[in-house]
Amino acid sequence: MRQKTISPFSITRRALLAGIAVLPALTFASAPLRAQEVATADANTTGLAVTDDTVTVGILHSITGTMAISETGSVEAEKLAIDQINAAGGVLGRKIEYIQEDGASDWPTFAEKAKKLLVENKTAAVFGCWTSASRKAVLPVFEQYNGMLYYPTFYEGLEESPNVIYTGQEATQQIIAGIDWVVREKGAKSFYLLGSDYIWPRTANKIARKHIEKLGLKVSGEDYYPLGNTQFNSVINKIKLKKPDVIYAIVVGGSNVAFYKQLKAAGIDMSKEKPLLLTISVTEDEVRGIGGENIAGAYASMKYFESLPNDNNKAFVSAFKKMWGEDSVIGDVTQAAYLGPWLWKAAVEKAGSFDIDKVRAASPGIELTTAPEGYVRIHENHHLWSRTRIGHAREDGQFDVVFETKDLIEPNPFPEGYQ
Amino acid sequence: MSPALFLFRKREWIYFAILAFVLVIVFPSLFDNFRLNLIGKYLTYSFVALGLVLCWGYGGILSLGQGIFFGLGGYCMAMFLKLEASTPEATAIQSTPGIPDFMDWNQITSLPFWWEPFHSFTFTLFATIAVPVALAFIISVAMFKRRVGGVYFAIITQAIAAILTILIIGQQGYTGGVNGITDLRTLLGWDIRSDNARYVFYFICVALLLVSLIVAQFIRISKFGRLLIAMRDKEDRVRFSGYDVANFKIFIFCLAAALSAIGGAMFTLQVGFMSPSFVGIVPSIEMVIFCAVGGRLSIFGAIYGALLVNAAKTSLSETFPELWLFAMGGLFIAVVMVFPEGVAGLYRQHIEPLIVRGTSLLRIGKVRKPRPAAE
Repeated sequence: MRQKTISPFSITRRALLAGIAVLPALTFASAPLRAQEVATADANTTGLAVTDDTVTVGILHSITGTMAISETGSVEAEKLAIDQINAAGGVLGRKIEYIQEDGASDWPTFAEKAKKLLVENKTAAVFGCWTSASRKAVLPVFEQYNGMLYYPTFYEGLEESPNVIYTGQEATQQIIAGIDWVVREKGAKSFYLLGSDYIWPRTANKIARKHIEKLGLKVSGEDYYPLGNTQFNSVINKIKLKKPDVIYAIVVGGSNVAFYKQLKAAGIDMSKEKPLLLTISVTEDEVRGIGGENIAGAYASMKYFESLPNDNNKAFVSAFKKMWGEDSVIGDVTQAAYLGPWLWKAAVEKAGSFDIDKVRAASPGIELTTAPEGYVRIHENHHLWSRTRIGHAREDGQFDVVFETKDLIEPNPFPEGYQ
Repeated sequence: MSPALFLFRKREWIYFAILAFVLVIVFPSLFDNFRLNLIGKYLTYSFVALGLVLCWGYGGILSLGQGIFFGLGGYCMAMFLKLEASTPEATAIQSTPGIPDFMDWNQITSLPFWWEPFHSFTFTLFATIAVPVALAFIISVAMFKRRVGGVYFAIITQAIAAILTILIIGQQGYTGGVNGITDLRTLLGWDIRSDNARYVFYFICVALLLVSLIVAQFIRISKFGRLLIAMRDKEDRVRFSGYDVANFKIFIFCLAAALSAIGGAMFTLQVGFMSPSFVGIVPSIEMVIFCAVGGRLSIFGAIYGALLVNAAKTSLSETFPELWLFAMGGLFIAVVMVFPEGVAGLYRQHIEPLIVRGTSLLRIGKVRKPRPAAE
């Protein structure tokens, strides 16, 4: 699976991959060479927006509407990645230009704009979408017009489209190792499952429940609230009554703010870990809304935290803050969005072509050693091999990474025995 | 004047011909398939706006819940298409093949009974209109027979829109939840995603719209139309004259619902999915805005209003992805402040007099009486 190449050109290619971190000079030198290397007619046989000097991609997120607050980070990360790739010589020697469209937190608008990016703009790749609903809305468009979407959000799985590369985690990658950790390290015996009422929390809790029951432990309750719900008092009372060891929370969006504040107001002190709170839906971005003091002491199960101490991440965080301001924070999805352009670039250069079919064929096995989360590799099923990490929320809105899996976790969007 | 001959007055025939010309000839020859499909999508909102002109502009019944009927019509069509797309072969990877994918994700193992009839296309066509009209009938009987009207009626329609959204989202195993019913592929074996199908749907949409226009016009000039205006302006007086006001209101509200439902069904066919985001309060209010921008007293204005607002939405959001919502907001404020009668009012005040003067200059010698305003 791991792609090892030996031709002299591919040494340059690897150097190019590592380019942003260490070798800008070398990659600059090699860039003009690459442009001549692959003629436009060869690199683009299907009429994509590729010229001798440029290639056009699309960015499709909500920058207005209720989802804007979540998706802005992804847009920023994608633009940063594109800037860095351009500074390091572009893709196949071509500078990336992007066309940004606003999905406006509205699913049909996403479908309309996706179609525009593919049909009118002939973009070579699209980085975008955030919610499952928006992905489901654009999916038929990408399959019909054979586009390539890089989708950054952790999501419910149950999908494996040839036209999507999923740079976030599918549900099992986020859940199983997290539950194992809390059982092993914290001796948890009973869980209270809680979520917003739509497909991702429901599927995630289904997997969590199956896994908990497999371990011979107890689920003491399971509740769902509509998106945007702000009254959690009844469930908090139930939790107080049933005294579970772990509250497993998958509350999303604005509801988070109400949930954590009410939890605190009800006297549940998360730092005492009785019960302990484990979430898979709160990243640094959400904490900004919730307020660090309201969630300090909770645990989050993610693949990336801004505080990761490796060198890739330090370079990424400082570049991100330099471009978007010192106040910006980087959550799990933002990092996954950052991987999109880099994975696409690697696949294009491995294929020697922008053609969607060739990029798709080249994608499995693409690895990124420069990923802020450490190292990722694309699986046959278009998801990424990645680690699961547990972060402990601090007052200042950051997480201390208290655990990470030793091995990369294999993505498994259709987990048997969990459906 | 007899209705058969003078369904439209002379000038209105010209308006009708211009609209038909623009929709049938100009747009298809001017735009590529992608843009034409977008216009087809905008036109589905024209049905709603047309219904609102009759129900709000003429009948004085402000409904802030037209999304309910638009959505129900669209969902009926989407259910049929989804069942057709969920053949056992196409859904072989599911735990229960042969049911829609979202049901399988929600651990539902057999098709709910109320989905079964939607295997039949005839039933679907019937239900597309009948279900929304039945709901409209229940709502309007309950309200108008008790003489609930005005703002209270608007609030109740809005509440029903909210309830329906919550219901659809909450019952995601049966309805697809927030995601809606997606990934619709074929209609009776014919790929609705192909360019060819889009083209055909556009013309079906235009044809239905023109027929709806004629129906609306027929109502407008009929005795019933005049009664509607009378009811709007002085309901008690009509009642004291011996008319059963509630029945007229029920009828016009159901008709507006039926028009919305046709729009919803055409929307599903052209866009390829249906979701609760077309049912709720926000889209319902947007639909009223389409009608207001076009001019709530003009059946032609409604169509241009829906086209104009949606085209502005698309082009502004393409050109200024960061600022377009402000521009839209500005547009709506401008409509209310500067031309409260909408585009149609603007036309009537400023352009029509010029045309009248122009035509009368052409016919020197003929004395023309100035016509009263069109409505």
